[in-house]
Amino acid sequence: MIKVKNLTKQFGDFTAVDNISFNVEKAEIFGFLGPNGAGKSTTIKMLTTLLHPTSGEIEINGINPALHQDKVRESFGIVFQDPSLDEELTAYENMNFHAVLYKVPPEIRKPRIEELLNFVELWDKRNEFVKNYSGGMKRRLEIARGFLHHPKIIFLDEPTLGLDPQTRNYMWNYINDLNKKEQTTVFFTTHYMEEADRVADRIAIIDHGKIVASGTPEQLKAQTGKDNLEDAFLELTGSKIREEEASGLDRMRMRSKMWRRR
Amino acid sequence: MSTIYILWLRQIKRYLRSRSRIIGSLGQPVLFLVALGFGFGPIFQKAGQGSYIEFLAPGIIAMSILFTAIFSGVEMIWDRQFGFLKETLVAPVSRLNIMIGRVFGGATASVFQGIIVLIISMIAGFRVHSVGLILLSLVFMILISLLFTALGTAIASMLEDFQGFQLIMSFLVMPLFFLSGALFPIQGLPEAMKIVASVDPLSYGVDGLRFALTGASHFGIGIDFAVLTIITFLLLVAGSFLFSRIEV
Repeated sequence: MIKVKNLTKQFGDFTAVDNISFNVEKAEIFGFLGPNGAGKSTTIKMLTTLLHPTSGEIEINGINPALHQDKVRESFGIVFQDPSLDEELTAYENMNFHAVLYKVPPEIRKPRIEELLNFVELWDKRNEFVKNYSGGMKRRLEIARGFLHHPKIIFLDEPTLGLDPQTRNYMWNYINDLNKKEQTTVFFTTHYMEEADRVADRIAIIDHGKIVASGTPEQLKAQTGKDNLEDAFLELTGSKIREEEASGLDRMRMRSKMWRRR
Repeated sequence: MSTIYILWLRQIKRYLRSRSRIIGSLGQPVLFLVALGFGFGPIFQKAGQGSYIEFLAPGIIAMSILFTAIFSGVEMIWDRQFGFLKETLVAPVSRLNIMIGRVFGGATASVFQGIIVLIISMIAGFRVHSVGLILLSLVFMILISLLFTALGTAIASMLEDFQGFQLIMSFLVMPLFFLSGALFPIQGLPEAMKIVASVDPLSYGVDGLRFALTGASHFGIGIDFAVLTIITFLLLVAGSFLFSRIEV
């Protein structure tokens, strides 16, 4: 379903993703793990047409995103790591906007929005502006929005960050359901190793832009001789704390600051 | 079609909800109308040019459209910063449609703004030349709106944050306005200024609008219409190209 070959992304002389290759099969739940700044989000952005790779090949659902952007976008859905809601619209309007953009048929639009907003317990607040929402509520809305249409592949970039255990549990049940019923392929990143251990069929661990290990959670544990994934992860990536890679925006700010000082 | 509609609707909702912005952006045209209109009125009259308010009002309408339109386009930088741009960019719709929806939405808001200023100028003493030609003035308002919303969107496609916004205001928007013949007749200008005014697309917008509202024109209505249409089209093409290349 997802094929990646020798994928590389450079920002100036910084290599964010360094010659990685992997495959994700149809209906597989694939965990993509790594410390901060390892290249997870950059990879997801390239898979979802938001960034152009420096080199290498990607195939999503048999389509090359570099050549057929619009076509590729029809086959996936994504929940972003950072906020992507319109704060000036209400929760319902955000959902409806998404449903129209993703061509959810009009007759199932309303019931599904209601179902999902109930699922994240925001139905009562559907007519409030998102700017008045708390951080947790925004996150829940974002998750609900990601499930509005049922794509062939769903990308989840740290979806459970900041969610309470109840919502988290509910979310994974929903994803498992989609995965079983509609054969949805799931590609997710997380920092919660216990979560990855529980839900992922297969895992790849990326560090410094390179894939350092991949396999089932059991294989990774066996490979490192540890009895839980957290220890295996630390064994593979070391225990040094990483600096978060600057986003495009931060880099831009830095550049413009330097420019002004000159 | 539904993509264009929902993006248009979003722009309209955002516009109507930002009351402070609507009112705020009316302050400037009102000030210009009153201060310049009444301030320069007597001199203009003495110079044998007739009523200055009559001359100025179409220019001020064009100005308020210019500002609203450019801002609607540049507003996309907010979307980028708040992350909402990503949401639209990964959607399974063509970026051309996204761009068109945005531009139409911004342009509609700008036309609305232009109509409000027209009404305000009428309160200030401006009289339209012929009621039948009001429809023609609407055509020009739409053209000016489309042109500058497309320009704003094209610019916003190249900017990552608001750092460059001041630069755009001082080196693009302000010159576009002040050199356009919105405030003074182009006829009597020195040759160099005349040339500058004739490469400023807003000149043709102001001129067309002035013809529709007062019956006077410098370039001729046909040329105004043709120039605006062609430039709008070119900007839409350039804007879609830049928009399609956005990376987040």
